[in-house]
Amino acid sequence: MAKKRVVLENENDTRLRGGRWWAQVGWKHVLAVAMIVYCIFPILYVLSASLNEGGTLTGSNQLFRSFSLVNYQELMDSDFVRWMLHSFYVSSVTAIGTVVMGAAAAYAFSRFRFTGRRGGLTALLIIQMFPQMLAFVAIFLLALLIGDIFPALGVGSHLQLILIYLGGALGSNTFLMYGFFNTIPHELNEAAKIDGATHAQIFWGIIMRLVTPILAVVGLLSFVGSYGEFILARIVLARPENYTLAVGLYVWGSDERNAPWGLFAAGAVLAAIPIILLFMYLQKYIVSGLTAGGVKG
Amino acid sequence: MSTSTQQSPRLSHARDLSRPGFIVKLILMALVNALGIYGIMASYGQEEWGVLAFLVVTLIVVNYVYFSKRAIAAKYLVPGLLFLIVFQIYVMANTAYVAFTNYGDGHNDAKGPAITQIMKTADGRVPDTPTYPVAVLDRDGEIAFAIVDGDEVKVGDIDEPLTVVDDAVADGDRVTEVPGATILNISEIQQRQNEVLDLRVSMTDNPDDGWLRTDNAAMAYVAKSTLVYDEAADTFTSAEGKVYTADPEQGLFVADDGTTLSPGWRVGVGMDNFTRVFTDSRLSGPFVSILIWTFAFSILSVLTTFALGLLLAVVFNDPRVKGRTFYRAMFILPYAFPGFLAALVWKGMLNQEFGFINEVLLGGTTVEWFTNGFLAKLAIIGVNLWLGFPYMFLVSTGALQSIPGELAEAAVVDGANPWQRFWSITLPLLLVSVAPLLIASFAFNFNNFSLIYMLTGGGPNYPGAPFPIGESDILISMVYAIAFESGNRQFGLASAMSILIFVVVGVVSWLGFRQTRKLEEIV
Repeated sequence: MAKKRVVLENENDTRLRGGRWWAQVGWKHVLAVAMIVYCIFPILYVLSASLNEGGTLTGSNQLFRSFSLVNYQELMDSDFVRWMLHSFYVSSVTAIGTVVMGAAAAYAFSRFRFTGRRGGLTALLIIQMFPQMLAFVAIFLLALLIGDIFPALGVGSHLQLILIYLGGALGSNTFLMYGFFNTIPHELNEAAKIDGATHAQIFWGIIMRLVTPILAVVGLLSFVGSYGEFILARIVLARPENYTLAVGLYVWGSDERNAPWGLFAAGAVLAAIPIILLFMYLQKYIVSGLTAGGVKG
Repeated sequence: MSTSTQQSPRLSHARDLSRPGFIVKLILMALVNALGIYGIMASYGQEEWGVLAFLVVTLIVVNYVYFSKRAIAAKYLVPGLLFLIVFQIYVMANTAYVAFTNYGDGHNDAKGPAITQIMKTADGRVPDTPTYPVAVLDRDGEIAFAIVDGDEVKVGDIDEPLTVVDDAVADGDRVTEVPGATILNISEIQQRQNEVLDLRVSMTDNPDDGWLRTDNAAMAYVAKSTLVYDEAADTFTSAEGKVYTADPEQGLFVADDGTTLSPGWRVGVGMDNFTRVFTDSRLSGPFVSILIWTFAFSILSVLTTFALGLLLAVVFNDPRVKGRTFYRAMFILPYAFPGFLAALVWKGMLNQEFGFINEVLLGGTTVEWFTNGFLAKLAIIGVNLWLGFPYMFLVSTGALQSIPGELAEAAVVDGANPWQRFWSITLPLLLVSVAPLLIASFAFNFNNFSLIYMLTGGGPNYPGAPFPIGESDILISMVYAIAFESGNRQFGLASAMSILIFVVVGVVSWLGFRQTRKLEEIV
């Protein structure tokens, strides 16, 4: 339906000229340019600061005064590389775990009828309203307790942080996936069953392939979420050598007086690039995924 | 069709050895069981009975679920549910529990460890005991002492009294190598000076034998407590004869003149943490202001970002505008830029003396973005607009596609102008699908900790408040300040405030979801 409209309007409107064009279309381009300036300005600023040799806040005010890679070179000798690897490790494992656990749960709710199904869904909906992050004091205490029993999972360990992030995997994502799973016809399951497929084969071989778009969205959102998560990482990761990017760059960027501003800017640019690329690449999925979550039940 | 009746009944896939999936499952289950049993033994050693019971029950359930022919749905649900139970439900329950205790600095542990700690803090050197050259070790991040006693090397740390380590190497009376530990050099010791000076390593299991401590990280001596604990009377007596009696209400040893011994221990304090927010005059004023600002911030954040996002979505929903794909990609940039970085970059740009905004855009004026409460709030709303409008733009663009075109066409035929069409058709229809996201956005901003913490740090601070809280703090950053940033961390009070936030967020979400009939859709 929407496509039909587009064709119609295009036929009518290609003849717009001069004043009418300005009134109906032209000003939108002006607005777009203004918005683009607003959108990219802070990004340009930080890019410029990262290329500025002086590396102080004052020195960064003349945009693109100098092009020097000194900050980036220094970055390579600092803890930054380590933080970046930590962030990637923590966020990737979290994203994969979230996708697998969330998809499995959504599949169970969507395909099976068992006692407690409705109650379980309602409970999830209610739990989802209470962000896990809010209980950060208790999470800190739990981290201490777990560390006593499994020293490898104690305070300061990345595995601990991943476990905490995975604790929120069901609450926030099951509904997004549940709605999508419901759109896959049940007949597929039955047909596969008649052909002799096992439960595991149906789940991994058929369903998971059909729901790839929503898996990508949830995985991406989870990755980005844990990549930028600060408060829990700050509590769990105690020392500079095991910080993630969010904690490490905060320490650099928030130091008012002797802030290594050039270093921070260079770090910010490098830290932002992978996320921006991910977003641009998966933009379509995000748009459809967000609206699917909002529109479909 | 009916051939299956002639076959022998097929094995359940859960037990069919010939399938590769089964082998994978066996390996995974073996790992899970090994980990579980290790945990059970460790928690037995630590006397953590709650953890032990949880692990036993979990192991039984997990093994039943994955080796049974039934419980197919549970196979898919159990992993997620386990995480949910531990890291979300337990954590919330524990928040509720801690909120009714005085848990925090000075009340960190049970009574037994507190008594030991009191004795260790009030210690002095025992005359005529030998000193030992001491090596300071790092064992997986924990500081330990190593000494040579006779011809044996002994190592101990905060939990473990001195024990003989067989395969350690000593050069004369100084330990040079301990397996599984690194010996810290002088600069490393300086970095962790407080840890080293605070460490007391018990000589034996009996606290009366005293403990090893060091003032200079080179020589260690034996120290004993100057306080004597009388178990029957539950009192401490100091060397001067002052008597401290245990007070189970406060979790402290208190003398007649009101002086107390540190640390105390954890006790339930009833509703004290909740009422304290309102009765402590230094806290109640800031609390009410922060509560109001939290609501204002969340509501304004949703309104401003939605207004701008929707405006752009409507304007650029026009297929006659060329280059929309490019524009859209540009508008999404702030959303793609990691939020914590954006807050820090804006913090730099808004810096009062050197920031780009004051220096260049405002021509060198000094607008006090972070020292004036109102401007700090304005900065927060402004930065959040930059961060948040692309999301609203994306969402609105998506939702606009789902509004049938005939409605607009019919309205045009009926003579409605664009403005009327927007208010009477587009917006109401759009809100149906977007409202849940607006509520989610409200809840998100209500707890938007990193933005506040990174941009203003909550400042400017309220003078005289017992915690470092300020005018632009929202509730959650206030909780963080109480729990981790003040010199006297108060987990109990912080948890009580978390619960208040839980309630607010829960009520708002519930109202919202009821409004949008979200609950009906899952039926």
